[in-house]
Amino acid sequence: MKICVLVKEVPDAAVQKRIDPATGRMDRSGERNLNPYDTHAIEAAMQIREGGALQIDEIVAVTMGPDSAVRALHKAVSLGADRSVHLSDDALAGSDVAATGYALAKTLQRESPDLVLLGQQSDDGECYTIGAVVADHLQMPSLTQVIKMDVADGKLRCERQAEYGYDTVEVQMPAVISVGDAINEPRYPSLKAIMGAKKKPLDAVAIADVGIEADRVGEQGSKVICSDFKAPPAKAAGEIIEDEDTGETVEKILAWLDERKLI
Amino acid sequence: MAQNDILVYALHYDGALNKNSLGAVSEGARLAKELGGACHVLALGGDDLTTELCASAGAHGAEKVFRVNGPEGLAQPVIDAMAQVMDDGGHRYALFGGGLLGFEIGAGLAARLNAGVTMEVTAVRVADGELLAERPIHGDSSISTSRYRDRGIIIGRLNAFEAHEVDGASAEVQDVRVEFSPWSTQATMVKRGEQRGADVNIEDAKVLAAGGRGLGKAEGFDALEELAGALGGTVAATRAVVDAGWYPYAAQIGQTGKTVSPKLYLAAGISGAIQHKVGMQSSENIVAINKDANAPIFEFSDLGIVGDLNKIVPKLTAAVKARKGG
Repeated sequence: MKICVLVKEVPDAAVQKRIDPATGRMDRSGERNLNPYDTHAIEAAMQIREGGALQIDEIVAVTMGPDSAVRALHKAVSLGADRSVHLSDDALAGSDVAATGYALAKTLQRESPDLVLLGQQSDDGECYTIGAVVADHLQMPSLTQVIKMDVADGKLRCERQAEYGYDTVEVQMPAVISVGDAINEPRYPSLKAIMGAKKKPLDAVAIADVGIEADRVGEQGSKVICSDFKAPPAKAAGEIIEDEDTGETVEKILAWLDERKLI
Repeated sequence: MAQNDILVYALHYDGALNKNSLGAVSEGARLAKELGGACHVLALGGDDLTTELCASAGAHGAEKVFRVNGPEGLAQPVIDAMAQVMDDGGHRYALFGGGLLGFEIGAGLAARLNAGVTMEVTAVRVADGELLAERPIHGDSSISTSRYRDRGIIIGRLNAFEAHEVDGASAEVQDVRVEFSPWSTQATMVKRGEQRGADVNIEDAKVLAAGGRGLGKAEGFDALEELAGALGGTVAATRAVVDAGWYPYAAQIGQTGKTVSPKLYLAAGISGAIQHKVGMQSSENIVAINKDANAPIFEFSDLGIVGDLNKIVPKLTAAVKARKGG
């Protein structure tokens, strides 16, 4: 069986994120990290392989993004993927969620995966919807925000929290599953794995290589036009106390609560 | 004109329509009226989806409810149903209240219909006969506006759309037969709505002391319970710690938990992710304790304390007790 894991490079959480108002696109110039949620997806793939209930021949990391996204693939490979696929093409710039999902689905189609895993959201666009888009194009069953996944009788038994409590759902493969951060504790890559990551096969593909129709991606192929970026209504900044002397801090909190008749 | 009709998805559970879905119905009715169309609702389920329950969506402005017999609680059968109804009826827009299923259905529907989709929407307005959707981005530091080239799928943020009742109106209920896609039937619900942990009531509390991953371990809640007790309040929790099994699901705030607005919300060790914020931002007074000065929660708290909660919480408890005792 083959597991494909969708990964993405996102701006470092500590870096201020911003949209370029002229283009409506995210300024990705400061980016340099694998999306933290994606590390849980890779770990989930590794645990399925190590669990032994399914014979996993290959774990393939797949990403879409500019040249710099190669670093996300190297990280993914250092965490356990056997090889990676990098979809990169100028025609993809400005793709919205639906166009991105379509492009990723076409890239995945060439791999014929038995299971597609991804992180439930990305730290940049917060698009925790990409799994559902990919699944519809691949015509596979799908579930998002999965926090427990076991293999039983060749099917996936998934648990997740939904609006009315915890749901348990049985999913046939091939399937697209996005995982939440509670599903596992990702391992740290070994130094050897980090050093060896650049030597693992990396397949760079352009849109024509995977049969993506150019008019369905990029800014022109996107069905949403985002514009008019504006600041949210100003909210009075709250008071901040740096705790140095805890006795004093507590007195300040009490005074604040007292003033508002909250005690 | 059928293309001015808006199709709203209504989730139901245990014989009641979801509050956020009803908010979306009210919002859909308001927008459809401005566009010169009607608000239609789609609901999918089994025998509990009674004619009476469906018709009750009329009280929030729905003219017609399409009722589809199918498996509840999963997104893909609803995608099939909504795609069919929108293709037959010519609806240009679909609208969802905030919720996990809404995100899944909306995104899948966008793929199916080759439509545009916007999630986490906080406001929708009509301009030149089209819908424009506002969405806060980058941790709510900026707001972008979405327009749609063709069809548009708009997914609201939790609690973004308020439910309004209109007098005694009842919606027409129309049964629709849907042939589900093969892959839509390859996921099956084994158990739905399982409650994990004790049944606690946090929605009526005037004071809530909420704990997140920063508590470090399940036992971290002991100190928080003492503080809540001293303040005459109750303890609440984030999704992360509930998923980890540290605290009961019934005490969870946010996207797939409860929405609260107490007089005092004291957040301990909570970073303040959007999924949490949507469930507590209307609290009257928000106090946050977190050791990370960059935690987003400080951006929407009234009083923020940067420090170690393990040091602060016990001392604060003692001080509150002393104050009340004296």
